[in-house]
Amino acid sequence: MLEFDVRCRVGTFALDAAFATGGGVTALFGRSGAGKSTVLNLIAGLARPQSGRITVEKRTLYDSAAGIELPPHARRIGYVFQEGRLLPHLTVRHNLLYGNFFNRNKNHVVGFAQAMELLGIGHLLERRPGALSGGEKQRVAIGRALLANPEVLLLDEPLASLDAPRKAEILYYVERLRDEVRIPIVYVSHSLDEVVRLASSMVLLSEGRVLGTGDVREMMSRVELRPYLGRHEGGAVIEARVAGQDLESGLARLEFGGGALEIPDVEALPGEQVRIRVRARDVSIALARPAGLSIRNVLAGTVVELAGDEGSSLDVRLDLHGTPLLARITRKSASELGLRPGLPVFALIKAVSIDRRSVGYA
Amino acid sequence: MWSLSPAETTALLLSLKVAFWSVAASLPFAVALAWVLSRLAFPGKSLLDAVVHLPLVLPPVVVGYFLLLALGRRGPVGAFLEEYLGITFIFRWTGAALACAVMGLPLLVRAVRQSLDAVDRNLEAAAATLGASPPWVFASVTLPLILPGILTGMLLSFARSLGEFGATITFVSNIPGETQTLPLAIYAFTQVPGGDAQALRLCILSVLLSLAALMASEVLVRRATARAAGRDA
Repeated sequence: MLEFDVRCRVGTFALDAAFATGGGVTALFGRSGAGKSTVLNLIAGLARPQSGRITVEKRTLYDSAAGIELPPHARRIGYVFQEGRLLPHLTVRHNLLYGNFFNRNKNHVVGFAQAMELLGIGHLLERRPGALSGGEKQRVAIGRALLANPEVLLLDEPLASLDAPRKAEILYYVERLRDEVRIPIVYVSHSLDEVVRLASSMVLLSEGRVLGTGDVREMMSRVELRPYLGRHEGGAVIEARVAGQDLESGLARLEFGGGALEIPDVEALPGEQVRIRVRARDVSIALARPAGLSIRNVLAGTVVELAGDEGSSLDVRLDLHGTPLLARITRKSASELGLRPGLPVFALIKAVSIDRRSVGYA
Repeated sequence: MWSLSPAETTALLLSLKVAFWSVAASLPFAVALAWVLSRLAFPGKSLLDAVVHLPLVLPPVVVGYFLLLALGRRGPVGAFLEEYLGITFIFRWTGAALACAVMGLPLLVRAVRQSLDAVDRNLEAAAATLGASPPWVFASVTLPLILPGILTGMLLSFARSLGEFGATITFVSNIPGETQTLPLAIYAFTQVPGGDAQALRLCILSVLLSLAALMASEVLVRRATARAAGRDA
């Protein structure tokens, strides 16, 4: 449990933010310059607030009214920095044990062997940071923070400096961490993709202020926050691999867990990873596989849930063999088709509805 | 021809002893000064910076003469040290080491300060979040990272000490076996008739000594740099 209520001014930037997080992963989401990293630095004690109060698990780290300000080394905050910040003169093993040396008698979040297994870094122990790839560095940085026995783990855009395959790799490990270690995680990101994939709750920051806080799905569906989450225009993001390019038709064939897609204007070579934003309003639903159709992408899946209580339309969450897809259809269609959770359906996506701007590259 | 005479051996060993102790004794002060100059902001900082660098630009004889005034038997500091602590510098090899330390200090401070300026403060912040208090951060992060700079500074200061002449001869005179280091011995030989050959022998010895020191330091600095950069040495 982390409680944060702080006012802070650095140059022309002013932060006035209050929020509380529970267990699991809380995403701190906002554009660049929203104050996300500043919040983490304030929690860790690397930046000083003007006034306010910060507590972690009932332990006061900072309280301007009571005159309490713990130095960074006494805060027990596991901080994974954007650039890793491994100590270059130490081996991976000594980097990992560095924090443990100062906190060896505290209750263990994870044991050494468990951390090795969890992050897949056991084979790197005798290497030096200079000999690690970007993804390996971040995994070691996460392990180092965990082994210092922190009470909360802060991840500051740990994927920002990585290429797409490494991003996917780290995401996998952060997911394992979330599922297998009982430690609250604050995950800073400006990628809705990562937030949706990892976090259960979300704090939306903009220009140093908290615009909203709550469950991720609930936050995503809040109409008034759409301008801040609007880049994605309410829809699922599919990560797919380019399987081939048909030069004659100008269509690329993409493969992902839920099947294959044909999309125009994909400027990527076969084998490369791309992200396709599929706006919910561009997805139609059919009960049977239609014949004689101009729509090129017909994907089999099942209805997971129907959401959206007000208005004439609602969001249908589909599961395409593990890949989520959102469809926005009218309430009337949903009731006429008899959509309900568990129903097998087909999702129809027009190839031309996915334009150049909907394709993300590594 | 190639073996050293007892007098030459004495001068060589004394030079090494004086240079070693001048570097060893000035190192903690130099690191502290470099840290203050690199990390703190305070009024009078540029004055302190200038004072530290003075020996670099002053004639060495001036430095030697000031040392003599301050640390001589009747000097204010020298009288105090002798009376209460029983320490004398004047006409002793320790005085030669002190003169060399003062002359080498700016080189040492400069080298250490430059590497301190280059240290990524973010690494120190990362160490703090892992539970290291400021002294531990300095010992376990800052110090290893500035090691190449410290080694470079130590070499420069050591070489400066081997070559120190003016401040030493002014402060502690030219006493064989006590304060007569290699340069002073060379100077003594050039002042007596027929001493040219011996002066030349000592000159060649000086060159070899300096070369050896340079090459040894090159190896050490390369290793330390590789370590600090996160590569295997």
